[in-house]
Amino acid sequence: MSVELLNFIETVLNGLMSGVMYSLVALGFVLIFKASGVFNFAQGVFALFAALTLVGYQTGQVPFAHLINELFGTNYHNWYASMPNFLAILLTMVTMIALAWIIERLVLKHLVNQDPIILFMATIGLAFALEGVGDLMWGSDVKVLDVGIPSGGSIWLEEATIGLAAEGSDYYGMYVDVLNIWATVIAVILVVSLALFSQYTKTGRALRAVADDHQAALSVGISLRSIWILVWAISGFIAMVAGIMWGTESGVQFSLSLIALKALPVLILGGFTSIPGAIIGGLMIGVGEKLAEIYIGGYFETGALENWFAYVMALVFLLFRPQGLFGDKIIERV
Amino acid sequence: MIYKETGQYKSSYKSDHAIFPLLQDKIAFSTLMFIAFLIIPFVINSYWEKAILVPFLIFSLAAIGLNILTGYCGQVSLGTGGFMAVGAFSTYKIMTYFPDMNIMIIILISGLITAAVGIIFGLPSLRIKGFYLAVATLASQFFLVWLFNKVPWFYNYSDTGQITVSERTMFGVPVTGAEAPSYATYLFCLVLVVVLSFAAKNLIRSKMGRSWMAIRDMDIAAEIIGVPPLKTKLSAFAISSFYIGVAGALYFAVFLGAIEVTESFDIMTISFPVLFMIIIGGLGSMLGSFLGAAFVVTLPIGLKFLMVDMVGLSAVTAKHFEITIWGLLMIVFLIVEPHGLARLWSIAKEKLRRWPFPY
Repeated sequence: MSVELLNFIETVLNGLMSGVMYSLVALGFVLIFKASGVFNFAQGVFALFAALTLVGYQTGQVPFAHLINELFGTNYHNWYASMPNFLAILLTMVTMIALAWIIERLVLKHLVNQDPIILFMATIGLAFALEGVGDLMWGSDVKVLDVGIPSGGSIWLEEATIGLAAEGSDYYGMYVDVLNIWATVIAVILVVSLALFSQYTKTGRALRAVADDHQAALSVGISLRSIWILVWAISGFIAMVAGIMWGTESGVQFSLSLIALKALPVLILGGFTSIPGAIIGGLMIGVGEKLAEIYIGGYFETGALENWFAYVMALVFLLFRPQGLFGDKIIERV
Repeated sequence: MIYKETGQYKSSYKSDHAIFPLLQDKIAFSTLMFIAFLIIPFVINSYWEKAILVPFLIFSLAAIGLNILTGYCGQVSLGTGGFMAVGAFSTYKIMTYFPDMNIMIIILISGLITAAVGIIFGLPSLRIKGFYLAVATLASQFFLVWLFNKVPWFYNYSDTGQITVSERTMFGVPVTGAEAPSYATYLFCLVLVVVLSFAAKNLIRSKMGRSWMAIRDMDIAAEIIGVPPLKTKLSAFAISSFYIGVAGALYFAVFLGAIEVTESFDIMTISFPVLFMIIIGGLGSMLGSFLGAAFVVTLPIGLKFLMVDMVGLSAVTAKHFEITIWGLLMIVFLIVEPHGLARLWSIAKEKLRRWPFPY
């Protein structure tokens, strides 16, 4: 094989991997949108908040330490030196469930039957509030997150591919981050278990019923509120997984919440209501972005197409297929 | 009994169509204008100019612009920062190519350029709506900021990527640049804001404004009764972008003087705050745009005073508090008073009308 072809394959592979990361965030969006019709802008901040909380538990930070210290002149920082990963993740999960409950209680309950766009703007407010609370609780410095997922280049793949190039050419094998491979594995497990859960459990069926028709679900005795709490908790869990992945890759910091914005074009490509759509949309955006960066980005000396390429791709896509690849057809009646 | 309208009859079409039909409103408005034009310029100092009055005026314009699009025409936009950047960079480029052109004309032309860009980015609105459109406008935000950041022609190949305003005068007094006196920059913005708000108010009461509202309330029904969606949506995008572009031009030329695009026109520093303004002020209300802008400009100053100077928190913690409070305020307003501060004002007027009687 020629070096160009191998480089192309490497780019696509890396694109697919980073696409999985986008899909992880998009998945949370889709779940909430299907079940409650809320377009949750705060999903990215959920991921940030979960990652912050996880680091906080791991390192035993005192919540609101900065605030307490500044108000009362005390000097609290840590409760304990460290906590096992498993326990910290479990506690974070509990926190996310509590958060889902609080959001349902304080925000969603009061906005039932409002325009979707009002709910959307409310989640923008939620994103801000949650970001502020997260910073107040755990501080805004960049944190290192390590839950034992290996990262760095995959040596195995590098050695396996080095021989593929033609004899005598300068080729050093493909570079793929192990972390991304792990993310892919985890995403697959997540999607499969979600599918099994919604297909074969009673709660899962209730969840799909609510997604189909609120009124009908209510009339057969499904509690909308508990389903909503459940859905927000599940997407909180997905946000946590995404937060762990992104946090391990680039540190836990504010820019994590901007990744959520990247998930929006993914949703448009895949359709707001389709879980497979979120995955495939994410992969498409990931590959498209990487290919554009390398093959089109060369024509602009400045590069950094990644900032907007996904949005423009989604925009062009919208013109031809407004409901996305797998989304439900939008039918409007007066 | 303070705000009573009894005895004020409308006997001609002209008085029926007045923007301020009531005597009390006329008095209040004239007083406000009197204070704004004849008292404030003589007492203004640099702090009031830079911290409160000029940003308030500029953001009012941006809020009016976004309100036309989101509040009146129902198209949610998150691309305000990008469009303000277009206004700023057009001003800069026109200034470099036409050194003798009057600053007022430069700013209005920048508005027109932004309007043209707005039409281009408004095209998707014909096929998509709601949050799909919100995502599409995010594309404009990121693309435009990238463009101004990465294409050196826009910042005249300067090493820092910054653009800096040169000094321009109106009637012999500098209004841009470091030498401009406080009263001049203030009056310059004020004149533009007053004129453009009157224009906006009248546009909204015209056929165009009514068709925007028809599209907002139900686009399919509006189309059926003969409101052309293409023309209506694109005109809303164009006029909204014009206002936002003028605001961006003022923001750069009069207020900041030197900007760096990724910092000054970021989604977090412009697009979301302007969206706050119209939600807190009132969607679909002129008064709301002003109230919202005043609220968003003054609240951080008040909070900073309260938390840093009174309680003694560090600036960073106070900033985090501020973000939290913004978010909570937005949610509270959407839940408790979706029509914003403007609605509170009309409730107050109603109360004043029958005061001191309960009914």
